[in-house]
Amino acid sequence: MDNFSEELARPVTKDGQVKMSILSGTGMHFPWLQSYVETVVIGGKKKKDFSQTTSACLSFIQEALLKHQWRRAAEYMHSYFQALETTDGHQRQTVPELIWKLGSEILFYHPKSNVETFTTFADRMKNIGVMNYLKISLQHALYLLHHGMLEDADRNLREAETWRYGEKSSSQEILINLVQAYKGLLQYYTWSKKKKELSKLDKDDYVYGTTTRSMINRSWKTSMNLSALIKIPGVWDPFVKSYVEMLEFYGDQDAAQEVLTNYAYDEKFPSNPNAHIYLYNFLKRKKAPRTKLLSVLKILYQIVPSHKLMLEFHTLLRKSEKEEHHKLGLEVLFGVLDFAGCTKNITAWKYLAKYLKQTLMGNHLVWVQEQWNSRKNWWPSFHFSYFWAKSDWKEDMALACEKAFVAGILLGKGCRYFRYISKQDHQVIRKKIKQMKKSVKRYSIVNPRL
Amino acid sequence: MDLEEAKEFKERCTQCTAVSWGLTDEGKYFCTSCHNVTERSKEVINTEAIPNSQIKAINRGLKRKKQLEKGWDWYVCEGFQYILYHQAEALKSLGVGPELKNEVLHKFWKRYLQKSKQAYCKNPIYTTGSLLSVKFPNDTSFDMHHDLLKKGILRNDFETLCTKLKSFEEASQEMTSVCSGSIDGVEYSQRKEKGIVKMTVPKTLALCYLSLLWQRETMTLSDLLRFVEEDHIPYINAFQHFPEEMKLYGRDKRIFAVESWPDYEDIHDKTIEIAKFLDLPRFPDITEDCYLHPNILCMKYLMEVNLPADEMHSLACQVVKMTGVGEVDFLTFDPIAKRAKTVKYDLQAVAIIVVVLKLLFLLDDNFEWSLSNLAEKYNKKNKKDKPWFDFRKWYQVMKKTLDEKKYKLEEARAKFMWKSEKPLYYSFIDKPVVYKRREMVVNLQKQFSTLVDLTPTVEKKHPSSFQFNWIEEDNDRTCFHGHSLQVVLKEKGQSLLTKNSSYWLSTQKFCKGNVCYCKHLTTYEESNFSLSYQFILNLFSFLLRIKTSLLHEEVSLIEKKLFERKYRRTKKKSGRSRKSR
Repeated sequence: MDNFSEELARPVTKDGQVKMSILSGTGMHFPWLQSYVETVVIGGKKKKDFSQTTSACLSFIQEALLKHQWRRAAEYMHSYFQALETTDGHQRQTVPELIWKLGSEILFYHPKSNVETFTTFADRMKNIGVMNYLKISLQHALYLLHHGMLEDADRNLREAETWRYGEKSSSQEILINLVQAYKGLLQYYTWSKKKKELSKLDKDDYVYGTTTRSMINRSWKTSMNLSALIKIPGVWDPFVKSYVEMLEFYGDQDAAQEVLTNYAYDEKFPSNPNAHIYLYNFLKRKKAPRTKLLSVLKILYQIVPSHKLMLEFHTLLRKSEKEEHHKLGLEVLFGVLDFAGCTKNITAWKYLAKYLKQTLMGNHLVWVQEQWNSRKNWWPSFHFSYFWAKSDWKEDMALACEKAFVAGILLGKGCRYFRYISKQDHQVIRKKIKQMKKSVKRYSIVNPRL
Repeated sequence: MDLEEAKEFKERCTQCTAVSWGLTDEGKYFCTSCHNVTERSKEVINTEAIPNSQIKAINRGLKRKKQLEKGWDWYVCEGFQYILYHQAEALKSLGVGPELKNEVLHKFWKRYLQKSKQAYCKNPIYTTGSLLSVKFPNDTSFDMHHDLLKKGILRNDFETLCTKLKSFEEASQEMTSVCSGSIDGVEYSQRKEKGIVKMTVPKTLALCYLSLLWQRETMTLSDLLRFVEEDHIPYINAFQHFPEEMKLYGRDKRIFAVESWPDYEDIHDKTIEIAKFLDLPRFPDITEDCYLHPNILCMKYLMEVNLPADEMHSLACQVVKMTGVGEVDFLTFDPIAKRAKTVKYDLQAVAIIVVVLKLLFLLDDNFEWSLSNLAEKYNKKNKKDKPWFDFRKWYQVMKKTLDEKKYKLEEARAKFMWKSEKPLYYSFIDKPVVYKRREMVVNLQKQFSTLVDLTPTVEKKHPSSFQFNWIEEDNDRTCFHGHSLQVVLKEKGQSLLTKNSSYWLSTQKFCKGNVCYCKHLTTYEESNFSLSYQFILNLFSFLLRIKTSLLHEEVSLIEKKLFERKYRRTKKKSGRSRKSR
């Protein structure tokens, strides 16, 4: 249901002839040009008032929906239904879908609407034309799920699954797969409830045996439903997750790993960070060797350098024996702190402070400079301004200390952040500050140690 | 067979005196020509049949259905006759005199049938007129049929009638079932005879307008078209009023289904076309006491747009006099004249008002506002006197009202229901699909109507020739009718002169020749004109529901007549000219 609002944006463009949509090279859209071209195409002949008023009606509905005036939208919808009786062949194709999208949106929010109204509407719309049957069934099921009516949703999906319409059904294979997968997801849900009950039971109990048996049975069916879909390129996170969970539960580790590897590495699939996260977590659970974990995280690092797993990645790199991994470890930390969402991550700062010192002690000044060069223009105002010094100190002294240390190393003891923090006189961390000053004096990269 | 079973019943029908009986499902007799159902029922003799009665009923039902599908034999021109009849009835209920229906429109229609060789002539292309009268024996309500019956048979050669009747009956059986419900639907849409004006649904309106014009009724073309749009006069889905037995499908759909509202210019042109085709004589004179005379129409529109009516009216009359557009010969429609044209009375009156406004306020986005300042000051000081007309205030009131009305119209149009309850289809293959769609729409509408407030939002408006109402006095909607034009006048000697002494012309050039109506020089490019001029054109074109460019043209034409000498002189000059009075 959530993506209804996104889909609403589409009808606007679908309204006119999709094929004739005027797109310039930059992807800009000129709606006025569209209508102009259309009149030229039909020889300047005026559009019939019927189609003019119905399209005006459509924009009234869209406006009402935008303003959340459900009652008004329903009022216009009442008139818009006549667009179904258009004689225009192209319109005939597009109007049912439009009506379904707008109508279901209205019924979803309208105060007088309820599940029954929605169901009647969906059942009617399913049978206008054949092309929309599966789509509407699926969305109907999602609506029922949203209202917690799992059984009804399941029945709906079951009906949709068996729907056939000659060649039309084969062209909608992906939709059938999706229908089946959602059915599988529902079965997974009951399975996982059972699993929870099971964990509370005693193993010697009589009930235990029967419950496991029925669970095995169910999961076998589910896996059939789910596995078909996840072989098709796409983003199927919830399906993959539940499928893997069941495989793991029944001890089929290899199959689970294969599914996850395939999901993450198959080039036909769209790039999806979650795929790598799932795989990493799985491998970690299975205590896979470090090199394997590193290779998974390396890809994730390329997609989402700010992910919280990057700190884990850093620790893994630090523990590695290879020097290039050590260098990458520094790069990863800098990378995490490039993002505004991570500026107050104390672990990241702590790691950086510690690792900077370690790196400089190991005489790898070049590595640090390499990272710093690209950041020295903006990090001082991004992280180490006077304002930040004050507010960090107020909010989190530990964080301020770590940051001050890093600032001192990178910018020298003259930097404002460092100066502000080091001037603070506080009993608890007096010692720490003293130590910090000392280290900065020794290791700061701006120190003229020539 | 139903008909065979009913053969033993020989009484005459009480409604149409025909002896042609069928059996209903309940076993009652019904008249196949007028569908009057009797109280008498066929006695069931054979009790054995009872267990099988259900099967029998189904059997019979199917057959009956097929038979009914065919309906009556009818001709396309009959369809138009029905439409015209209902339009005339509607006009009558709108207050138009009854003579219009019984005499004028009827005569025009007869003349049309004659001229288009469909009836009342020696060699009709087919015997429509007479045939249809035979087929409608019971329709007493439609007196035109009776007339057709009498005259058609009287004037037609009896022998040809009989032979034609036979041949038609044979032909009709295949024709009706193939491509159209009417007998001649296919033939009609293929006819392309030169010099014959084919009847269409928009042309029925042109005929109505011709009769209104002949009667000099108090209804302008724009009024007529507005009533059509407000559904006071049948037009869209006018075929709904056909009797149940007149089946429409196939080609009939193309002839009778309309998916657009009538267009002012289009109907106007068609009116002239038909009048010429009918070879009508000069219409009754339009004199100063006729509603269509600019003097009267100007008053009406001045009231409608809330201007100081009395004082401006005298100015408008002066313009009418100077331009000569109020003369009888100019106003009266004469189809036989060399250049037959009807004056667009409503449009012309409105254009005169625009010219008067330009004369008084110049409308250059400057002068009218400075006059408003004067008026405002005066009104503040002299609260007890008759207030001076304040153009700015008027603009504010009108702008607000216009925007409201425009939005309401837009809404009403968006909600307009185009489709009839009995859908039209092209062929029998189409039929179930079309009916299913219709049913679907009705069901969906029923469902959504529960979501809308029960109070009907689109109540049918009471027909009125006024769209704006200024009688009620409230704060936002000041009525300016009684305001004084003192602000634009100044005394000089004994006469009053307007303060404004300039004028700008809407168009500099016209094509050569006096009555050239080509439009390329009067094209209305909005951005070239002052905002207040644009507003006034918008206001009036909304009122008449016409394109702004059309009104602009008319204004130019009035100006051309008013400043004829100036035009002659400036023929060689170019640039915006200013004329001083």
